[in-house]
Amino acid sequence: MVEVFSAQDVVKSITRIAHEILERNADGAAPVLIGVQSGGTWIAQAIKEALDRIKSDNGILCGAIDAGMHRDDIGMRPVLTAHSSSIPVDLSGATVILVDDVLFTGRTVRAALEALNEYGRPRCVQLAVLVDRGHRELPIRPDFVGKNIPTKATDEVSVSADGVFVEAR
Amino acid sequence: MKHFLDIAEISRESLIELLDMTANMAEINRRPVPKVPALRGKVVATVFFEDSTRTRISFDTAAKRLSADVMGFAASASSINKGESIRDTIETLEAIGVDAFVIRHKTGGVPATVTKWSDASIINAGDGANQHPTQALLDSYTIREHFGGQDLTGLRISIVGDVRHSRVARSDIQAFTKLGAAVTIVGPSTLLPSDMTGWPVEVCNEFDSVIGESDVIYMLRLQRERMNSAFVPSLDEYAQRFGLDKSRAKRMRAGSIVMHPGPMNRGVEMCVDPAEIPNSLILRQVTNGVSARMAVLFKLLGAGGIPEDEG
Repeated sequence: MVEVFSAQDVVKSITRIAHEILERNADGAAPVLIGVQSGGTWIAQAIKEALDRIKSDNGILCGAIDAGMHRDDIGMRPVLTAHSSSIPVDLSGATVILVDDVLFTGRTVRAALEALNEYGRPRCVQLAVLVDRGHRELPIRPDFVGKNIPTKATDEVSVSADGVFVEAR
Repeated sequence: MKHFLDIAEISRESLIELLDMTANMAEINRRPVPKVPALRGKVVATVFFEDSTRTRISFDTAAKRLSADVMGFAASASSINKGESIRDTIETLEAIGVDAFVIRHKTGGVPATVTKWSDASIINAGDGANQHPTQALLDSYTIREHFGGQDLTGLRISIVGDVRHSRVARSDIQAFTKLGAAVTIVGPSTLLPSDMTGWPVEVCNEFDSVIGESDVIYMLRLQRERMNSAFVPSLDEYAQRFGLDKSRAKRMRAGSIVMHPGPMNRGVEMCVDPAEIPNSLILRQVTNGVSARMAVLFKLLGAGGIPEDEG
């Protein structure tokens, strides 16, 4: 297992992403951060905390979306234990920042976008990921990236507050 | 395991996982659009050889909220009336294309037997006086949702009434005790099973002696349609001794709850209007039934089945 990103790098990236989100959404209403269950939720929370440090009373809300019921590979692989969605506001007209830990094939993001639709029609959705490891299978690209990490499709990438690790398989 | 037949086959861990999945489904049911595409293209056949309102509608709704297609079948309006056998009926429906059969039958063991004739997943929606596993799941979920926690440890549950004819009681007792609750069954000796060897329960013949000590009072329906001999002297006398009336409802412990699988016999086991007692979760059970059945359908058809109990 190789460490490609230290715990400190994770904190730095999250802070940088927070600044980029503010810059990009300077004019207009406060965006809503939505973490993708389960890997994206703590990162969404961490970005929210970073945003609060930069600018308190920013009105930014944080929620979670479970994309499991919208996946295109249901029945093709074992499903992890269930997680719930919790969306703090009606998303109609909102700017949503979808947050996940690793962007890989793009299929989870597609499922999450579809799941989001059930809570309203956002004005726009931007995508923030801590790691982009490539190998996209769908036309999806991130707006905010912590780090681009070249991997083999078979590698396993694990992300936590302790850092980012790649294990060859 | 691709079937859902009997609580006995399910480990405590799998049961808790199903409860967690039920909570997830409950969240879907609270959404503005309570429908997800998870089981698109799957076909669920509800095959009821015995009458039912809530279980059938509940499965129907559960399947639709997961975007499965539902094939309805009621024995009373089918070729069963022309003498077609259960096996031929199942094989016919399967030839049309079915991924899961939801089966209810008045004889115990029919859903298990159907697994030999079909490649589809079989879900037991109640077989005779044997099992009603989805009811046990929704009941366990309703209790856990009310009291909080991961399982039912520390709770005292009294199941009152016609245990002898009750598949609900059999499934509930297995589920509740697996989840750590202490279960007492209460009823006249004539309505308790003749052989209870190995049942992990206490037995009591006096309703009044458990009423103040239970966290959950689970009332069972007096199943008059299954009674081929005199099990109770009269319905009035039964109501006197084992019915939940106003005075008994008042003596219940603070924070305790009343449950009933439905349909209720008003004036027999339910001598009080549940709407009048603040701690009735009877309609909550019905609501949760949809979420519990969604969890089972999704586990079997979308998530590769339920791990078997090896313990």
